[in-house]
Amino acid sequence: MGDSREAKRVRNRLMLGNTGLELPLDLDLSRRDVLKAGAYGSLAAFIAACGGTSTSSGTTGITATGGKLTLGSNGSDPNSKAGIQAIVDAFDQANGGTKTTINTVDHGTFQNQISQYLGGTPEDVFTWFSGHRMRFFADKGLVTPIDDVWSAVSSNYTAGFASSVKGNDGHVYAVPTDYYPWAVFYRKDVWAAKGYSVPTNWDDFKALCAKMKSDGLIPIAFADKDGWPAQGTFDILNLRMNGYDFHVNLLTGANGQKWTDPKVTAVFKKWSEITQYYSPAFAGLTWEQGADQLLRKQAGMYLLGLFVSDEFKASGSQADVDQLDFFPFPDLGTSFDAEKALDAPIDVYMVSKKSPTLSGDLGQAKAFMEFLAKGSTQVLYWQHAPGSIPTASDADTSQYPPLTKKAVQIVSAAQKITQYFDRDSRPDFAGPNGMQGFLLKFLSNPSADTTGLQSQMQSFWDSLPPE
Amino acid sequence: MANTTRTAPARALGSPEAGALVTTRRRRYTLLTRRDKVLLLLMVGIPLALDIVLIWLPTITSVLLSFTNWDGLSDLTSKNFVGLKNYQFMFTGYTLFWPAFSHNVIWLLWLTFIATPLGILFAVLLDREMRGSRIYQSIFFLPVVLALAVVGLIWELQYTPTDGFINNFLGIAHNSHLIDWLGNPRINLYAILVAASWRHIGYVMILYLAGLKSVDPSLKEAARVDGATEVQTFFNVVLPVMAPINVVVVVVTAIESLRAFDIAFIINQGKNGLELLSILITNNSVSEASLVGFGSAIAVVLLVISLVPIVAFLTRVMRTF
Repeated sequence: MGDSREAKRVRNRLMLGNTGLELPLDLDLSRRDVLKAGAYGSLAAFIAACGGTSTSSGTTGITATGGKLTLGSNGSDPNSKAGIQAIVDAFDQANGGTKTTINTVDHGTFQNQISQYLGGTPEDVFTWFSGHRMRFFADKGLVTPIDDVWSAVSSNYTAGFASSVKGNDGHVYAVPTDYYPWAVFYRKDVWAAKGYSVPTNWDDFKALCAKMKSDGLIPIAFADKDGWPAQGTFDILNLRMNGYDFHVNLLTGANGQKWTDPKVTAVFKKWSEITQYYSPAFAGLTWEQGADQLLRKQAGMYLLGLFVSDEFKASGSQADVDQLDFFPFPDLGTSFDAEKALDAPIDVYMVSKKSPTLSGDLGQAKAFMEFLAKGSTQVLYWQHAPGSIPTASDADTSQYPPLTKKAVQIVSAAQKITQYFDRDSRPDFAGPNGMQGFLLKFLSNPSADTTGLQSQMQSFWDSLPPE
Repeated sequence: MANTTRTAPARALGSPEAGALVTTRRRRYTLLTRRDKVLLLLMVGIPLALDIVLIWLPTITSVLLSFTNWDGLSDLTSKNFVGLKNYQFMFTGYTLFWPAFSHNVIWLLWLTFIATPLGILFAVLLDREMRGSRIYQSIFFLPVVLALAVVGLIWELQYTPTDGFINNFLGIAHNSHLIDWLGNPRINLYAILVAASWRHIGYVMILYLAGLKSVDPSLKEAARVDGATEVQTFFNVVLPVMAPINVVVVVVTAIESLRAFDIAFIINQGKNGLELLSILITNNSVSEASLVGFGSAIAVVLLVISLVPIVAFLTRVMRTF
């Protein structure tokens, strides 16, 4: 089963168009520069940039039917791909036969090349993330503000979602379409058979890990080959131990917050108490392989986003999906437990700025954005990718299974919500070059003193150019 | 086209009439017709223009950008100029530079002392026309036709700790002794070096085999008559005769180690023990935030290192003409 999953993943990656994989020395720079020069000089991009600012009242003035539209998508795994296709088909039909072309790019590749993509010749509309990561590109002028669309659809969103799509300049840059909380997942049948109960504090959590280990299970599935999954554990520990404000300051370098702070040392120390319960060879496993360990009853728990349920769904067995449950990360006995803070990243759609076709397609793009803000659209996507909860207030929640209902409930119970490390911090700091590598280094020897590592993190932060 | 221009003067020079020779000497210029000149101009001009636009311009731009902190998106202004700061940080503060540098060196040493000699050995063995040598030849050469990225994917499947072939074959995929071929920073570099060698050996083998086929067999026979052993014949007769091929093989090996990228990038984007200079360039300048200035500085360092084998190769090639 896992083998075929791996093969599928490899096949997906083979389809990613192999961009930039044979870079002869420093020549890659030239090719990009050429592209960039082309984009700067492009008349279409200029027209699009001028046209983007005009606002008109009402929804009819800004949208257009028929015509065509292009969509750049990072939804490369089968569930997302099917979901996006379903949305697009529905939109094309509802919008007078608009011809929408989807360009799907491997999720990780899309992320790594987003700067070049948006600065080159992007599609009209593209998938992205909210938070700092959205504002970063809005600030660089690579995204078209959509205040007019937002004024038409904002009544369908809560204040939290509304603030998540605002840029630093106060304009709205995105339509939020789904979100998913991070929590500790487990299989109900395994837990019932072994008589485990949900731990609510750190000591219970560790005791449960020890129990699972003696029962021959991997207590905590952990898979960090791709570098980002470990950041979820850092987030939740830092939020519980040092609070939301400290976490946000640390990740954005605000208020002079430094990585060398002893409070960060304490987080690593706490973390090192559970690393002995992680999957063996976790630095060589992908998150899907970690999910397989949970699915195949080899692992007892898995701290991950709700999208782990997509992997259960992909197994093709509804019985397995029904066994999946989760609990919020246990309290650590600090004053910040009450915040109930957690990562609940929001996925969004945005309108690019430099798309060569945008001048002709802006009306269709805005119609698509309005369409995305509908609960019915988002439910359509959710039916294909159940790990993504709709954001619109008018989404039909009656068909949600208990797992989704519970996910909605823990997010609404949280007083503070973060977007995930790599969406809350600047992308160059969070990436493979930065924190992904640093956290892997920490995990390779968790019991070692981390002060040296922390000063490396800080000096890396200090080396980055001003945003 | 090229043929006509070359045969025209040859015919003029080979002409038996003395008078014609005198006129050609006097009218030396006219030896090239107007059409020849245009052709020559095009034949030199087009490659030169391509060379300048595709090689020199980006190289010089890279060098210039390495003194900036440009992000590749906003306008480049004088405020972006940061002097030698990128280089200073690279050599003193950047924790990935020296690991990446040493990984490239290990790569070079591995290919030079393990993979390339193996390729040469296979070539020598196959040159002996033993039974089935065609089949062996095809088998060893097969990986060479694959893109390095595909080689990376194939070996990732072999190495994956729980699902991979190797650990399952060894029967250690599901116990606590399983070997983390990809994630253990102490061994993952060597694991992907095996993958790189898988392809490199075939490459060197074919290069060398082609060279061996052109060695005059009478040299070997003479050596045998003189009582030389197989090993002596190879090191004292064949190897010196093969000097031009040896240079190519050495340069290919050096270049392969310097441009090593694909396999490590496919496995984990070159982190956690798989850092390489080329990957640092990519991760900095093609990443989400695109630190083009800093990436360029690393590229310049790699360029300087690359110049060593390139210059060695060029002086060698120039000398033979």
